[in-house]
Amino acid sequence: MAEEKESLFSKRNRGLLSDPLNDNNPITVQVLGICSALAITVQLKPAIVMSIAVMFVMAFSNMIISVLRNSIPNRIRIIVQLVIVASLVIIVDQVLKAYAYDVSKELSVFVGLIITNCIVMGRLEAFALGNGVWRSFLDGIGNAFGYAWILIAVAFFRELLGSGKLFGFQIVPQSFYEMGYENNGLMLLSPMALIVVGIIIWIQRSKNRKLIEKH
Amino acid sequence: MQELASLFVKSIFIENMIFAYFLGMCSYLAVSKTVKTAVGLGVAVIFVLTITVPINFLLDNYLLKQGALSWLGAEYADIDLSFLSFIMFIAVIASMVQLVEMVVEKFAPALYGALGIFLPLIAVNCAILGGSLFMQQKDFGGVTEAVTYGLGSGIGWFLAILAIAAIREKIAYSHVPAPLRGLGITFLITGLMALGFMSFMGIKI
Repeated sequence: MAEEKESLFSKRNRGLLSDPLNDNNPITVQVLGICSALAITVQLKPAIVMSIAVMFVMAFSNMIISVLRNSIPNRIRIIVQLVIVASLVIIVDQVLKAYAYDVSKELSVFVGLIITNCIVMGRLEAFALGNGVWRSFLDGIGNAFGYAWILIAVAFFRELLGSGKLFGFQIVPQSFYEMGYENNGLMLLSPMALIVVGIIIWIQRSKNRKLIEKH
Repeated sequence: MQELASLFVKSIFIENMIFAYFLGMCSYLAVSKTVKTAVGLGVAVIFVLTITVPINFLLDNYLLKQGALSWLGAEYADIDLSFLSFIMFIAVIASMVQLVEMVVEKFAPALYGALGIFLPLIAVNCAILGGSLFMQQKDFGGVTEAVTYGLGSGIGWFLAILAIAAIREKIAYSHVPAPLRGLGITFLITGLMALGFMSFMGIKI
């Protein structure tokens, strides 16, 4: 096994962590996991909780599938994957309900929807089924970070511009409001999440020319 | 009857899966390049949603909910299995999708080729599981409501993907700034469409 001889953080392995942040970002390049990215980004706190939950599920599902990859029959692999992911999500859901009930209420069905978050399935199919355990684990973490930073960036702008707050604390000073500054209520509406992501994609691709699509 | 009709309209327009909850965005973005494949996927989604929502409704009411097992006998009346609902729902959905896949492969091989990887991925289309989870939250009174809700949400999803596919076919002929091409402009258009759909929200039925 060649991969065993590599050091744990060889260049190739570090690439697994850093590529998803930009060149191969799960949201803006691979187009995976958009659903949840948009619905829960009105405020920073749920966005961060969601990112942590996704990171947990991705890292461990990637790892488990990678361990099992040689013993899963090809025809029923989707069901096997779903069962593993669903069990991990049930753990997350129960933990959230026990220790962070408010956030769990706020996220409502979207915790359950991590199961069908394409980012999890997509990486299982594309990576964990053909790679070793440690590399799959890193791939899970890396992609979850790539997902998380988009989520947090969108939530940052929506909360700051939409309600003038970050993490629920007032950021825009009162004197601004007295001078006639108004919160942009449009930012609180869900369609703005799409537009913010669209703008992030625009900025990313004008910096990173090789990502531009031909049509 | 009137309640059913209003639920139907509500699930198509006001609580549209894509524009109000962003469910099923992944396949919505990936399969909307041409109208033909979009229609194929849309029909598959309607079909799967209409079947899985009522099945999961029955599962929820006769197996999972607190007190749902009381038909077995009084000693089972306070068992609460609702923490298992994710795994049960997804199992039902995955097997239904397998069925649809086999049917499409047999009767429409061209469509099967065009849909490619996205047919098995209907199983992980958030709109499908989302439909079941919202059904659980809404606490419907009977199976007919569940069927109506499933069908309505499916049609809403179908309309959304049809609209964006038509727009994307046309937009191929226009000058979009290079970094926005493809994904970026689709996001912006969907955002604008979603803003448009928000105008349905004020309607009280």
